[in-house]
Amino acid sequence: MTDLTSLTLAEARKGLAQKSFTSLELTDAHLSAIEAARVLNAFVLETPEQARAMARAADGKIASGEGGPLAGIPLGIKDLFATRGVRTTACSKILGNFVPTYESTVTSQLWRDGAVMLGKLNNDEFAMGSSNETSCFGPVGNPWRREGSNATLVPGGSSGGSASAVAALLCMGATATDTGGSIRQPAAFTATVGIKPTYGRCSRWGIVAFASSLDQAGPIARSVRDAAMLLRSMAGHDPKDTTSVDIAVPDYEAAIGRSVKGMKIGIPREYRLDGMPAEIEKLWSEGAAWLEAAGAELVEVSLPHTKYALPAYYIVAPAEASSNLARYDGVRYGLREQGRNIIEMYENTRAEGFGAEVKRRVMIGTYVLSAGYYDAYYLRAQKVRTLIKKDFEDCFAKGVNAILTPATPSAAFGIGEKGGADPVEMYLNDIFTVTVNMAGLPGIAVPAGKDAQGLPLGLQLIGRPFDEETLFSLGEVIEEAAGRFTPVRWW
Amino acid sequence: MSVATHKLIKGATGDWEMVIGMEIHAQVTSKSKLFSGASTEFGGEPNTHVSLVDAAMPGMLPVINEECVRQAVRTGLGLNARINLRSVFDRKNYFYPDLPQGYQISQYKSPIVGEGEVLVELEGGRSVTVGVERLHLEQDPGKMLHDRSPSLSFIDFNRCGVALMEIVSKPDIRDAEQAKAYVTKLRSILRYLGTCDGDMEKGNLRADVNVSVRRPGGPLGTRCEIKNMNSIAFMGQAIEYEARRQIEIIEDGGAIEQETRRFDPNKGETQSMRSKEEAHDYRYFPDPDLLPLEFGQDFVDGLKAALPELPDQKKARFIAAFGLSPYDASVLVAERESAEFYETVLAKLADRARDGKMAANWVINELFGRLNKEGRDITGSPVTASQLAAIVDLIGEGTISGKIAKDLFEIVWQEGGDPRALVEARGMKQVTDLSAIEKVVDDIIAANPDKAAQVRDKPQALGWFVGQVMKSSGGKANPQVVNDLLKSKLGI
Repeated sequence: MTDLTSLTLAEARKGLAQKSFTSLELTDAHLSAIEAARVLNAFVLETPEQARAMARAADGKIASGEGGPLAGIPLGIKDLFATRGVRTTACSKILGNFVPTYESTVTSQLWRDGAVMLGKLNNDEFAMGSSNETSCFGPVGNPWRREGSNATLVPGGSSGGSASAVAALLCMGATATDTGGSIRQPAAFTATVGIKPTYGRCSRWGIVAFASSLDQAGPIARSVRDAAMLLRSMAGHDPKDTTSVDIAVPDYEAAIGRSVKGMKIGIPREYRLDGMPAEIEKLWSEGAAWLEAAGAELVEVSLPHTKYALPAYYIVAPAEASSNLARYDGVRYGLREQGRNIIEMYENTRAEGFGAEVKRRVMIGTYVLSAGYYDAYYLRAQKVRTLIKKDFEDCFAKGVNAILTPATPSAAFGIGEKGGADPVEMYLNDIFTVTVNMAGLPGIAVPAGKDAQGLPLGLQLIGRPFDEETLFSLGEVIEEAAGRFTPVRWW
Repeated sequence: MSVATHKLIKGATGDWEMVIGMEIHAQVTSKSKLFSGASTEFGGEPNTHVSLVDAAMPGMLPVINEECVRQAVRTGLGLNARINLRSVFDRKNYFYPDLPQGYQISQYKSPIVGEGEVLVELEGGRSVTVGVERLHLEQDPGKMLHDRSPSLSFIDFNRCGVALMEIVSKPDIRDAEQAKAYVTKLRSILRYLGTCDGDMEKGNLRADVNVSVRRPGGPLGTRCEIKNMNSIAFMGQAIEYEARRQIEIIEDGGAIEQETRRFDPNKGETQSMRSKEEAHDYRYFPDPDLLPLEFGQDFVDGLKAALPELPDQKKARFIAAFGLSPYDASVLVAERESAEFYETVLAKLADRARDGKMAANWVINELFGRLNKEGRDITGSPVTASQLAAIVDLIGEGTISGKIAKDLFEIVWQEGGDPRALVEARGMKQVTDLSAIEKVVDDIIAANPDKAAQVRDKPQALGWFVGQVMKSSGGKANPQVVNDLLKSKLGI
């Protein structure tokens, strides 16, 4: 028997169906891998007993032919998803040992379909970060290292734990969330596949909110097919989230291998940045060439408001966050630091409970919403957002099926290397991804190559609203051409 | 409609006029809360009607309760207001322990209901129209309990998230009487609509009153807001006090500071709560968890078609159909329950067109009079609408006289029973038998020849004879018959 952790989700599903192995064996293999990889700090909470119980239940169902689409598949869950009876912290001290009495819609759908929970995954505190360094549980290590270097690199963020765990073969797939690139950037940094579906595709109910109008759940997986399988279970209308959309969820897996012949692929000229590394430029051209070779047509397109996306994002997202995080006040749950009166208790609790990046964004958000600044910042940013959305609409109206861009402006960097002096240095990581959140569109990051130091690089495909299928079809073309990338185990 | 004249206040330097605007918070009548399925029931054990959404647990999302939307639209229609087919929920951000989310979901720039108006009737047939600026939906906060521990405060979230309608008036009110009448009328409309129970004691209807003073017709003064008035009587006192306080300050050469004040009913004065400088910056912005609230004109039309008859319409109908005086009609429609009682009486009358007005007199004078005397309200009336209708029928058809009817009313009030059967059983029937009455008439004329002679010159003295005949018949003779007989016998 080969190492069960090296299977893709699709392969594992086949093996389980053929009774080559049980879910319990598959789950145990991953639990052992998690134990052996604690140095990566990808999991903030391991739930082996629950995992084995769920695996046994799945085995029973598989045996009786009632196994769901993900029966017996062990997954990791980003700590932003509320899990019933299992500590959920958003990797913030302020939630302390918060144990929800409820299960997020997305995870409950995964369990409905038979998946097994291995534990909770690390992330940037309240999903605010691009390196997973803001977590109260400490940074996550990227399984990838530069050739000839022992330096630990970041896995990206905010879904750093999800990306690291999937890349290091600790789980067969993971849930993640993406507000400005938090699925796609870590996927690109770890040679995994990550898709942020269209805003409204997945329910936000039970996911700790960062910026409500931008947050969207999605999977990080080992292949495009695996991502398609996971998204199908995660997606769907939820009456408890009025921003979720009542549109039937297609069989995404059926889109894998579908011909892309005749599809128009937009190459946006505004994404060609000054000083962009030649490697990224080369990767982009390669990706375009692969799609062309598969029969797609390349067209140069313009998204003229792209350069305003990042600044506008860093107004809208903190504004919403400053309000969303007001509930963490020490009154009802989580951390409470006493004070002589209620104001002091608020101040002590929030000063102690929130990390520096969260405080920074709460302050930015409070500022841009305050009287006298609202019009100049928040309102203006919303207008920019409308223009960004229109850029994409115009582009799709011309018959473009999807847009190809680099996923990130660079490969993974070292822990502590970026953003120390200037937070904007860190924010620039999301330059290619935030536009997609601002426009509410689906975007997928697919591994496409390596840089000179042997670090993975990814490409991003941006799709029309609710057309994730096209992204899976195109993503698989890139995956087939680029091949799979697995890190050399050092942990 | 006559234009109201309002009260001016005499100051040391001349007359002053009040300018008053009001924000009424009316709890929406609905089974569940504005954004959660938790019950709105009053009086439950603390924290027993709290959902995960109400407690603002991480990852919880609001979902609009459509019944609350319908209630707001109904109310807007009842206020003759513009209904906005698209409105937006905003977050009003501030920290307070009774506000779990750290923000109140409200409507700021785009409320569900726009401008409307309320016709307010005053004493002496005067009236004034008060403009409604807007009506919006918002969440009620929870309740702090400070009396359970010497060192800690507790919170009851049962009320947290219950829907409120904030109804903002234009500054069209000019004195305390108008203010009180406005709240009374608004409360009546809400109760007719069934959109708010109007229970001020429970805090289900409360008002923030903005008061400023100016020279009559002059430029507006600086206003102060008196928060959370939940008694109409106290509201009048608070307004009077506040206006005089402001006038004194101005006349002493001072200036009014814009501030929020509270009314202390024990001392009968308003006290400062916080100044403008201490006012919160609420950082309103559209709630990204909720899409804009949109519905079609057909939704509004459907609600409009099913709207109950409101006090103004009912009053007009009572006047037109039964010849009621505007005052009597106003008295009947002021409370929904009174109007319903009167309508039930009408429905049971044998001849509504003939006796409708008489029925109104009986409801207002006999029934309300008696209820007031005993401190009871219409819902606890011992005399039912059917019984009262039967009494009116008996008068209308000539079976009993009005005087006997009052005795009958008293019997029904005390003992209950079917009025018609009581009249039979106790021999209270009016005598209309001509021969019986004729004998009495003849006897009285014969016994009083001098008066009989007088009456031929002074026909108005006939009343004396009528009285005598009625007296000797024990009140049971039909007064009309007596009248006719006397006239013919006396030759007038």
